Amino acid sequence: MTAHDHSHPVAHEADHGSRRSYLIGFLLAAVLTAIPFWLAMSGVLEGRITAIVVTVLALVQIVVHTVFFLHVNTRSEGGWTLLTLVFTAIIVVIVILGSLWIMYHLHGNMMPMAPQPPPPPA
Amino acid sequence: MSATSAATSDEPTFYLMEEDDHAGGHSSPTPLGFWIYLMSDALIFATLFATYGVLATAYAGGPTARELFDLPLVALNTAFLLVSSITYGMAMMDMHEGKTGGVRAWLAITALFGLAFVGVELYEFSHLMAEGATPQRSAFLSAFYTLVGTHGLHVTFGLIWIGVMLVQVGQRGLSVENRRRLTCLGMFWHLLDVVWIGVFTFVYLLGAVL
Repeated sequence: MTAHDHSHPVAHEADHGSRRSYLIGFLLAAVLTAIPFWLAMSGVLEGRITAIVVTVLALVQIVVHTVFFLHVNTRSEGGWTLLTLVFTAIIVVIVILGSLWIMYHLHGNMMPMAPQPPPPPA
Repeated sequence: MSATSAATSDEPTFYLMEEDDHAGGHSSPTPLGFWIYLMSDALIFATLFATYGVLATAYAGGPTARELFDLPLVALNTAFLLVSSITYGMAMMDMHEGKTGGVRAWLAITALFGLAFVGVELYEFSHLMAEGATPQRSAFLSAFYTLVGTHGLHVTFGLIWIGVMLVQVGQRGLSVENRRRLTCLGMFWHLLDVVWIGVFTFVYLLGAVL
């Protein structure tokens, strides 16, 4: 990692990457952005398949940004950035997928009904 | 005497993390603390994404996602934000090489792309509202403006921060404090780009194809 050859007054525990790693990350991110936009705007694939491909590409792009721009790796800050990121990712997945799962089934059980008089007081 | 030795024997418990630093430098704990703040910020966005996901089809007879979203405009905005990420990276590289002028130039370029992003987003919002797609129209639109607007507000505050850093680097150069602040601002800026990946994918692209 050539980036560590530069002498600067502050010794960084955090990895700060290099011009090359930024450019690689940028190129990967550009491709991973262009493909889903093209798929959605051209409509070459069926809607549901497009949705799956676009979602997978977004997850890959999030990893690319995390590695090449945010410099998260096992060495950065003694591994604490990675550990907190993994913890956060677990909570994020629980919050988002859990909400969708529960609300989807609630929605299924609460089909719109014709207006009814309010139930008699208990 | 015994009290002093008791105090010193307690110390390793507190300083364990810094003694792990094999580089032997006096690194600041601030970037890690700021990172943990950013993770909590990511949780805010997670709740907003969950809300949007649940309400994404609650149109209440109003306009649907497919009718409203202008994908070429979103693609342009995505490009602005992605380019601003790499220009900020160049500012960080110049910072590590001690080039004050380069840092200020790249920061200014990053701010211009950020301004373009916020400008296009405000144009999009005003355009939607002119069509009657206001936040009050449906639960879908309330959730949409809350999620996208919160991201836009973050970018706006990032722009203010870039402005402050331009002044501070101009006045004090690349001091230890300014390097630390630029590192934190960089994490903030790159995280906003990560959140935008979620926005353009789950709000705009999936809204247009599903």
